[in-house]
Amino acid sequence: MIVIEARGVRKAFGTTIALDGVDLRVEEGRILGLIGPNGAGKTTALNAILGLTSHEGDLKVLGRDPWVERDQLMRDVCFMADVAVLPRWMRVSQALDYVAGVHPRFDRGKAESFLAKTTIKRSSKVRELSKGMVTQLHLALVMAIDVRLLVLDEPTLGLDILYRKQFYDSLLNDYYDRSRTILVTTHQVDEIQQVLTDVTFMDRGRIVFACSMEAFESRYLEVTVKPEQVEAARALKPMQERQVLGRYTYLFDGGDRTQLARLGDVRTPSIADLFVAVIGNQPGGTQTGQRGVIR
Amino acid sequence: MSTQSNTVPSSFGVPGEAAAPIPSTRIFYWLVRRELWEHRSIYIAPLAAGGIVLFGFLISLGHLQRRMRDLLAMDPMMQRGAIETHYMVAAGFLMLTSMLVGAFYSIEALHGERRDRSILFWKSLPVSDLMTVLSKAAIPIVVLQLIAFVVSLALQWIMLLLSSAVLLGNHASLAMLWTQLPIFQMSGMLLYHLLILHGLWHAPFYAWFLMVSSWAKRAPFLWAVVPPLAIGIVEKIAFNTSYFANMLWGHLGGSPDSGSQAQGGMDMAGMLGRFAPLELLTAPALWVGLALAAIFLAVAVRLRRDRGPI
Repeated sequence: MIVIEARGVRKAFGTTIALDGVDLRVEEGRILGLIGPNGAGKTTALNAILGLTSHEGDLKVLGRDPWVERDQLMRDVCFMADVAVLPRWMRVSQALDYVAGVHPRFDRGKAESFLAKTTIKRSSKVRELSKGMVTQLHLALVMAIDVRLLVLDEPTLGLDILYRKQFYDSLLNDYYDRSRTILVTTHQVDEIQQVLTDVTFMDRGRIVFACSMEAFESRYLEVTVKPEQVEAARALKPMQERQVLGRYTYLFDGGDRTQLARLGDVRTPSIADLFVAVIGNQPGGTQTGQRGVIR
Repeated sequence: MSTQSNTVPSSFGVPGEAAAPIPSTRIFYWLVRRELWEHRSIYIAPLAAGGIVLFGFLISLGHLQRRMRDLLAMDPMMQRGAIETHYMVAAGFLMLTSMLVGAFYSIEALHGERRDRSILFWKSLPVSDLMTVLSKAAIPIVVLQLIAFVVSLALQWIMLLLSSAVLLGNHASLAMLWTQLPIFQMSGMLLYHLLILHGLWHAPFYAWFLMVSSWAKRAPFLWAVVPPLAIGIVEKIAFNTSYFANMLWGHLGGSPDSGSQAQGGMDMAGMLGRFAPLELLTAPALWVGLALAAIFLAVAVRLRRDRGPI
């Protein structure tokens, strides 16, 4: 079952091209991380998928055109945008009432039991909650909706590390099963590495890299070598060389694990390091890259 | 962080399982409730206006008896007008309040949700832009008018009963008060007046405000008010006429033809004459206005689909 199928999706704002022919295919049950520098077009891509923006090209989400049928699509799709968007005047109880009133797949009991694990009071207004609590509330609402595709755009932005960890734990333990699909963008790449089943990099409106995590783990290797092994490592044509505190680290695409093990410690690289290598290698690509914010 | 991702509680249903769609009437009900949660001025302002009227009326009770005595000297038609005045002023003040609330509400309605980014939350739920815009249009056109009616009605009865109590306490006759005040007739007319004039006739104004609200990036109030004002001023300077202003003013007063005779008269006879039921409903101006309102609302729906947070 294909959940998202995009072919040649383009979107321009005036002369700025936000999406420059995006091809994307996401199957049911995947947790796809969409990673890219600021301005790469991630949010525009998500907006097109959610029917929040018009676009050119073919795009089907659960077999529907999101731009034309957003309201029907939202019975099977839910999303959380990058910052707290719950209306600040709303009470927690009103949020529960409202979603229960308009969403056919909302299970109020589930939301209540999730909220019971937090310190959020039913009578509080959203404006009285901390940012972490607002995210918990939104997550409680979203997790109680039985949808097939959940889209998260920077869901943990601005949260402290405890809330961030709790967020992904809840998502995996209480929400994800193999019939649901999750699409997530984030800058805190390292935190979701263990969560993802697939990773996709975007840069300047295009998909520049896509890979499942199984393939990622078998294909990419990282080795840290002693200075005297540097020449031997370079001879194997690494994708990227980094030097941190006098230690040299090389990233290899499809290297031979046993051969590399003779040079030093071999491990799976972080998505963030691969991202820097891939985006940095693009002609004229963004050099800054996205390192995990908390390493 | 756990890498074991398949601890699935058995309580989860199969995603994609058919869930009965929610009837649009129920969605509409929740949308209207949501507006009342967010904009509490919709009912607080009319209640406060009612409170102010009541306050003034309580003071006036002090010299009620003297006033009634003076009235006895008048002829019956004058008596009736004099007794009605308080009640009409009360209703008029509530109408004015709800017009102001309705105007400010409509200008804010589709702009506020983009400004505070909550539009992203509303759009994450299976509610169409059409339903949302219609629910927001229903607030000034229907809901506010019904609230104004209920508050006016309550107010008129309180005033009538209080007057009666004072007169009884002074062993005065209630006959004139109860015979000259057509309270049931007044209520029916008030409801008709509110729904047809303040609802339907004013609908294009509210729809215009909603459209501007969904379009403007900032200062929706200015965008809503300045262009019509500019048209009127250009017309005045260029041709020394004021058809446009008269047309708007006339429409606001429910004058089918032009604004020339639209005077904000408060006396019952005047209102009865001018707002004869059929004339008010069959005037082409009403239907032209409603068609315009439909166009403005359709544009607002299209705009809301495309507009994100600002």
